[in-house]
Amino acid sequence: MKASYTAARLDEVEALLGHAADVQGRSLWDDALRRLIRNRAAVVSIVILSLIALAAVFGPFLLAYDFSFQNYDIVSCAPDWWPDNAVLCNAGGTHWFGTDSLGRDLLARTLIGARVSMAVGLIATLVSLVIGVAYGATAGFLGGRIDELMMRFVDVLYSIPYIFLVIILMVIFNRNFYLLFVAIGAVEWLTMSRIVRGQTLSLKQKEFVEAARASGVSDFGIITRHIVPNVFGPVIVYVTLTVPSSILAESFLSFLGLGIQEPLTSWGVLISDGANQMETAPWMLLFPAAFMAVTLFCFNFIGDGLRDALDPKDR
Amino acid sequence: MFAYFLRRLLGAIPTLFIIITLAFFMMRAAPGGPFDNQRRLPPEIELNIKAAYDLDKPVYQQYFIYLGKLLHGDLGPSYKNKDFTVTEMIADGLPVSARLGLSAMALALLIGLSLGTIAALYQNKLADYFVMSSAMVGITVPTYVTAPILTLIFGVYGVSLFGYDLSLPVGGWNGGALRNMILPVIVLALPQIAYIARLTRGSMVEVLHSNYVRTARAKGLSSFMIVIRHAMRAAILPLVSYLGPATAGILTGSLIVEQMFQIPGIGRYFIQGALNRDYTLVLGVLIYYATFVILLNLLADILYAVLDPRVRYAK
Repeated sequence: MKASYTAARLDEVEALLGHAADVQGRSLWDDALRRLIRNRAAVVSIVILSLIALAAVFGPFLLAYDFSFQNYDIVSCAPDWWPDNAVLCNAGGTHWFGTDSLGRDLLARTLIGARVSMAVGLIATLVSLVIGVAYGATAGFLGGRIDELMMRFVDVLYSIPYIFLVIILMVIFNRNFYLLFVAIGAVEWLTMSRIVRGQTLSLKQKEFVEAARASGVSDFGIITRHIVPNVFGPVIVYVTLTVPSSILAESFLSFLGLGIQEPLTSWGVLISDGANQMETAPWMLLFPAAFMAVTLFCFNFIGDGLRDALDPKDR
Repeated sequence: MFAYFLRRLLGAIPTLFIIITLAFFMMRAAPGGPFDNQRRLPPEIELNIKAAYDLDKPVYQQYFIYLGKLLHGDLGPSYKNKDFTVTEMIADGLPVSARLGLSAMALALLIGLSLGTIAALYQNKLADYFVMSSAMVGITVPTYVTAPILTLIFGVYGVSLFGYDLSLPVGGWNGGALRNMILPVIVLALPQIAYIARLTRGSMVEVLHSNYVRTARAKGLSSFMIVIRHAMRAAILPLVSYLGPATAGILTGSLIVEQMFQIPGIGRYFIQGALNRDYTLVLGVLIYYATFVILLNLLADILYAVLDPRVRYAK
């Protein structure tokens, strides 16, 4: 082990000496990428997630049925390959996931649901990212009284189970589709702001910030040019964990009837419909639930993988 | 110790005050009032009704009236269920919700702790992998998926083992009969079991490698004694700080569980109230929830101080 390590090292040194002119430094990100690729669970998750995302974006164009097209001849019908023969009817044709209680193709609806759920996850995360980073960086950088006050406010919001806030926000916005993103993002930023603040507090003691200040860069400039880029590592890990929790929040709301409205759909709506029909049509619950569970798994594995990859303790 | 307790208790009051204020004005900012959906009333009658509920006054006056009544423990009349006050409705639902939530919490602690300890004792062995991957499933799969699936298995299809009928009722409270409680409590506890098992395993692994445990082992104590007397006490510390988030999680989950299993707790009132714009009901329930979470966070801090001799609040 040691011998081969040394040998590899020597090769590397020689190679470096050979191309001393066009040598490229290995940044933190190169290292992280390398470690991430070595993490099998994370790579598999990225592949599966990409496939689901591709299916969500392009799938609905390729299918024979529109997600809102109703065929009353095949209401709540099982797909042809369904193993249980006791079902009322088989949907036939290319309804691979069967049909729902209004005779709509379940595959098309699951994919549209994937589109909506993933969009909510990503956009809500983006909102939480912007608010959290701006708030946390400001609090950490300014420090003192203002920091204390700002973080106290975060503490207060923390003590409300956040989903209750979202419910109230959804009522205020009258279940507006676009504001759903904002409402979820607006409550998911709390942890983000704490992480960013902690990082900022330690970063602002660093020499390069002092140097920037000595050369006359404004506070705003220091925050945007020096602090924010450097808190990126922990933030990106948390982002991959915020996406699934936003997806969960959306489906939670939709399940309670406070989220996405018909005929548009999301995994939460589909699961809710499926749960009502599960005695007679279990496939209506099974497919959307499986899609959502797999997606959430993937995000969690990628988050874990990124954390391991970016953790400097590991080096 | 007592001074610390008192200071924390006083510190909770402004937090609660901010939450009440925030929630009050958010509810009032919602378009549409509680009496919008009813048939049109003659203007003078509508005015009278509004006057009876103080809705004719400016919002800031309503706010002070509300606060004044709140200090006397009066949460106001429900706007939608005219014969009831909010306090009555909460008093009606609270015992049910509390019983459900506390049972779930107890179950989660019992099973989570045991599973986590087992996983730590058999670190990187089959039992460990099994517990940890089940925990991953428990965390990722949301309550509104596990609830219908368990209902399907135990309620609809029915399970029998060695001739005993293991099927369970799928809904209703039935005065809190044990059979009716089993499914809701399990569904509610599952995600918390997963979190607690993960936390316990992590801290237990660390403790088992610490010097004092090695000393105890060197003295010749049985592993049972080591785990129960020495390791457990240190290992449950992270769990104590998880008490607050766990409570929030169970409260959130109870919204779904009470809805799915038709349990007459306060979670259902919250959803109904939000959908009906029953301001006072929503506010009342929210205040109860927030108080509960704040109190549990407080309790967690105090327990932490009691259990961990290293923590001193001598200031």
